[in-house]
Amino acid sequence: MDLLTHLGIEGVRMIVGLIAVIALVSVNALFLIWMERKVSAHMQLRPGPMEVGWHGAIQTIADAVKLMGKELITPEEVDRPIYYLAPIVVFLPVLLTFLVIPFSQTMIIKDMNVGIVLILAFSTLTVLAILMAGWASNNKYSVFGAIRSVAQNIAYEIPLLVTVMSIILMVGSFKLTDIVTAQGRYWFILVQPLAFILYIICATAETNRTPFDLPEAESELVAGFHTEYSGMRFALFFLAEYTNMFIVSAVAAVLFLGGWRGPILPGVVWFLIKVYALIFLIMWFRWTFPRVRFDQLVTFAWKILIPLSFVNLLLTALALKIF
Amino acid sequence: MNFPGFLSPQGIATIAFFVVVAVTLVGALIAVAARNIFHNVLGLAMSLIGVAGLFLYLNSPFVALMEILIYVGAICIAICFAIMLSEPLYLPRPPRKFTKILGAMAGSGLVFIFLLLLTKKTKWVPAAERSTDWSVTTIGHYLLTNYSLIFEVVSLLLLVAMLGAIVIARGGRGSS
Repeated sequence: MDLLTHLGIEGVRMIVGLIAVIALVSVNALFLIWMERKVSAHMQLRPGPMEVGWHGAIQTIADAVKLMGKELITPEEVDRPIYYLAPIVVFLPVLLTFLVIPFSQTMIIKDMNVGIVLILAFSTLTVLAILMAGWASNNKYSVFGAIRSVAQNIAYEIPLLVTVMSIILMVGSFKLTDIVTAQGRYWFILVQPLAFILYIICATAETNRTPFDLPEAESELVAGFHTEYSGMRFALFFLAEYTNMFIVSAVAAVLFLGGWRGPILPGVVWFLIKVYALIFLIMWFRWTFPRVRFDQLVTFAWKILIPLSFVNLLLTALALKIF
Repeated sequence: MNFPGFLSPQGIATIAFFVVVAVTLVGALIAVAARNIFHNVLGLAMSLIGVAGLFLYLNSPFVALMEILIYVGAICIAICFAIMLSEPLYLPRPPRKFTKILGAMAGSGLVFIFLLLLTKKTKWVPAAERSTDWSVTTIGHYLLTNYSLIFEVVSLLLLVAMLGAIVIARGGRGSS
């Protein structure tokens, strides 16, 4: 029996997909870090990295090589097993969520019936990892970062789930390809503009991006939960953050912008255009809004976003019953 | 090319099953035995991920993912939240009382024996294939018809969790 028949078409798809995803994750992170530096620079009327490669295009590769060469410092007083585990736990679920993301009609590793639930379930593990890192570092700045991260994620997870629920209600399926297929006539952003705004706000908070970057607020907490990490361990947190940005944008593209749909160009190109446009939007926020104060952050979630998301869900349900 | 037995689909499934069971049991042991309350929570999370793996093994991905979303993602995080509001972790804690350990062991032992007898007594028949259709409509139907009692009982658990949080956090702020 030969290896291919042993694995079957599903197995081969899985292995090829996994390799492609790991390649995509690394290239995406390298690109996004360069993009972030360029976007921030141009918004502040300065050129950003220019020396290494065309307009600093391979600056990040140089940085990555430097990070890999760095010593992994383990402080004396850390809670060792958890300290070592945290960078792995932050990164694994991120990889798993790629299992169900539809890059085009056929470019999807496994089109599961529970697709969107899988993404939402595994992205909650990131908080646990941040908490582990913050706690295990045994540093007051890290613990503060972790505490803030937990409070923030509890608060913003609820409106995020409820908002996604209103789209699920319209489609009647958790399958991501079904959600895209349902947007054949119009994109859901046209009928659910409020849900889109709520989703983008919550996604920015869930990925700990400015104006909601309190877990790592560099001007008050050194580097927040990853203060005590160095070298590749620190790089894994960074990699996970940028990959998370890709995932929330991909989910937004699927839920609101019609996924791979678009004229002329192949589906995967449209999908990536939409994803990177959304990522640009999130980067734009960073250089437009100042960081919110912690009480403002929590109050905003509980008193404004959660009621609004429930109102949106209710209106969606009513509209579906009436029309 | 021939593959050894453990690489056949059944072999891989068996290995996966034992890995999942090991994760569940080791997690549960950490959750009960560790002296650091933060390790306890992480053990609980590990155990619950193992349980999610068991559901996946039983071909029920929806329940498995809900287990992760609700128990790991929400309940464990809420427990951490409660811990951070309670008394500082660096203070020395009183040693465990022997009677309490004995009581806990007796209680859990009784439940274990009861479940053991129950599994012995029950005649196991393969579950009828209800439906392979896991659409939202089907799940909603099941939750509000056949399984409405379970649906209601689950909310009791949340009440218990909240009470537990209050009990742990009580006195945490008063002393300062």
